Amino acid sequence: MTEGVLINKMTETGKSAGEMEEVTLIPNKAIDIKLEADVITPDSFAGKSAEEIGMLSVWQGPTTYPLSDFFEVLGNAGSSAAETLIRIKGDAMRIKRIGEGMSAGKIEIEGSAGMHVGTGMKGGEIVVYGDADSWAGMEMLGGLLHIKGNAGDHVGCAYRGKWHGMKGGCIIIEGSARHQLGGGMDGGEILVEGNVEGFCGIRQNGGLIVVKGGALRTVGVEMAGGTIVVGGKIQRFSPGFEFVSMENKVTSGETEIIGEFKKFTGDYAISKRAKGALYVSADANPEL
Amino acid sequence: MAGTIAIKNGYVFDPLNEINGEKMDIFIRDGKVVKELSSAEMKEAKVIDASGMTVMPGGVDSHSHVAGAKVNAGRSMRPEDHYKANLNKTALTHSGSGYTVPSVFKQGYDYAAMGYTTVFEAAVPPLEARHTHEEMRATPLLDMGGYLVLGNNFFLMRYIRNGDMEKAAAYVAWMMKTHKTYGIKCVNPAGVENWAWGKNVSDLDEANIHFEITPREVIKGLTEINETLGMPMPVHLHANNLGHPGCYAITKDSLKIPDGVKTRQNMDVEWAETKIDPLRDRSVYLTHLMFNSFAGTTWADCESGVKDIADYINNRDHVVIDSGCVPFGEATVMTGDGPAIHDLYTLTGNKWSNTDIEMECGSGVLPFNYLKSNPVHSLQWAMGLECLLLINDPWKTIMTTDSPNGGPFTKYPEVMTWIMSEAFRKQTFGECHKWANDRSALGGVNRELSLYDLAILTRANPAKTIGMAHRKGSLGEGADGDVTVYNLNPQQLDPNNYEALLRTFRKAEYTVKGGEIVAVKGEIVSLPEKRTYYSEVHVENEREKEMLADVKEWFRYYTLGFANYPTPEKYLANPTPIQVNGER
Repeated sequence: MTEGVLINKMTETGKSAGEMEEVTLIPNKAIDIKLEADVITPDSFAGKSAEEIGMLSVWQGPTTYPLSDFFEVLGNAGSSAAETLIRIKGDAMRIKRIGEGMSAGKIEIEGSAGMHVGTGMKGGEIVVYGDADSWAGMEMLGGLLHIKGNAGDHVGCAYRGKWHGMKGGCIIIEGSARHQLGGGMDGGEILVEGNVEGFCGIRQNGGLIVVKGGALRTVGVEMAGGTIVVGGKIQRFSPGFEFVSMENKVTSGETEIIGEFKKFTGDYAISKRAKGALYVSADANPEL
Repeated sequence: MAGTIAIKNGYVFDPLNEINGEKMDIFIRDGKVVKELSSAEMKEAKVIDASGMTVMPGGVDSHSHVAGAKVNAGRSMRPEDHYKANLNKTALTHSGSGYTVPSVFKQGYDYAAMGYTTVFEAAVPPLEARHTHEEMRATPLLDMGGYLVLGNNFFLMRYIRNGDMEKAAAYVAWMMKTHKTYGIKCVNPAGVENWAWGKNVSDLDEANIHFEITPREVIKGLTEINETLGMPMPVHLHANNLGHPGCYAITKDSLKIPDGVKTRQNMDVEWAETKIDPLRDRSVYLTHLMFNSFAGTTWADCESGVKDIADYINNRDHVVIDSGCVPFGEATVMTGDGPAIHDLYTLTGNKWSNTDIEMECGSGVLPFNYLKSNPVHSLQWAMGLECLLLINDPWKTIMTTDSPNGGPFTKYPEVMTWIMSEAFRKQTFGECHKWANDRSALGGVNRELSLYDLAILTRANPAKTIGMAHRKGSLGEGADGDVTVYNLNPQQLDPNNYEALLRTFRKAEYTVKGGEIVAVKGEIVSLPEKRTYYSEVHVENEREKEMLADVKEWFRYYTLGFANYPTPEKYLANPTPIQVNGER
């Protein structure tokens, strides 16, 4: 979106929810088999001391270990999830399921996050300063997941075999994402500053996906509803879409995107009654 | 002593012995119910104090889909069914996962936790019998058996068309023995064969392609063969046109076909003591009546046709049904009725899998979600309950969800509570689409089944219907020591307090199998051995020889060799043949 301006009112949700107690997790060794650490949430930390938090168990392969085997835990949690801030000081690329199902509070990861960060999160905020591995924000229901680096496959997507992905909340990716972003999405918003690869918004039913950069192919295939905006070039455009009109602004809920767009609807390859809207930058895609 | 136990002071419900809430003790020695235990035996026996609790025979599910190719296809095509429902390994039990199509381990534990001890897989395709037995063998705790799918079998269709009934009977007898199966299943007679050409049959007198045989001829032939052989159970019939608006008419007409076929159950078994005649007297066992009872012409004007069929069944004595209730939520539809599942696929667009099983049958699998907000689904919920409440004689009905077609078996507690509590039905009516009330007769029903009725629907009648009453479904002397103790005082039973009923049925206080306590409050505490039942049907050697010559001749069309066709006994957990005398 070379000339486009993104006016996003969602970023205001990052505002502080009053006083927060901070728990710091400092990785203390290299991790070989990836950890399943769905206990790293403000919800399960709430009301616990550093020592109690260290005793929470995480899975590594077929065995459970206390969290303190992998992290130095500093500081006590707040009395509720909303009053708890978890700061991971270091790289968490080999730690899966951080913030899974969290309902409130905040997690800041000062490195990269492993697979499934923010899966099914209901509220609160996660900030990843590095990259996020695949399945970030899978089936997310609410809250804000802010990834400052790049993301892997399946951002905000449905679980394998499932038809419904993200239902609410917001995912912001400052870098690029890979395949199947927003697959089966029912609601909420995903904003990508960089590019995406294949199958962005596959089987989308609702919600908004904004990609400022370009996309490889199969954007919006099998979509039945919702909105996708692509600001850059789509390398290979899917055949199931029909041109509707030229637009100079896209409005979806509280989000407004200004720029010259070609509006398509579809995907008619599957259903004749599909209601998906696909906006494509006019400048970047002159041949469409 | 293993398998010796005394269950004291419970309120016992044992309909096969006409015991209705009597306060009494149940004694089990070496896995079998006995009149009493000697004082020496009592010293070593385990004792359960069931004071103020309900005691019933162990649950018997005569129709569930828990093993074999289509269940496994359901598991592999539904990863999403597994990631949220899972079970950790314990020192005693295996890990497991899955909600509508759980792994074999989880389903064994889940059934036992609810008080069930006996489950029959209702559709075994002959070529998949080995696989089915492998899964049944791996399912812990449950005594099991399977019904062989024979409604569209090449050999049978040829024999029946040519009127060669003796060979047909010899073939059925041989197939039961070969595949170690228990009874005859008939799915969409003559119609599934047409599915190989993308077609179906829609009328009882419509002949199918190539074989030129009609559903009427198949139903008549199979029900007659069943009685000639003296099989333990009636033909388990899944009628034509299933799941289509208006299908209730063909269902009713199908039920008329075996009217007058004289039942003959001829098994060499030791019969446990019962007060009621435990021999079956039904010539047809119609499966999942709900799916076969739509009236109307399209999904827009569809309504319940259960009342009409119930009236017919109320006036005749040769039919027993299971309900196929819909308790709402996730389900996985799986059946030998390939064309029916294809229709569902075109209706829903859900992912879909199907198979044509060579010369024997077909099948289809599709994930489904029954929603209270959906008019047709809410109607199906009401119809399923109508099946159990509009048929007056509980000995003509069996409670099922056709698990996992209407919903998984873990939803049985909901169904039990709906049939026992009008208040719970009213509450659900309030939550679901108005079609449930407008287009069914359920709203006008104030019948509430008693615990005695419930024991008939979930224990005594399934056992009697499938010919297992000689050891299951009762607490008479000589019966298997399978007992469910529910933490529910019948003296204080309040059907309006449906939350309490739901809690009671979800986790039995004790599940006892063969005199061993296997589950306490839903926790598995021991894993005794299990059995697999099958029918060993005896016919004259000459007939079998003639028939086998035909089978060998046609076996060149099979993809495997004749020697690899049978399922050896080693595939079965504790193979327990039931001798059936086809000759006498």
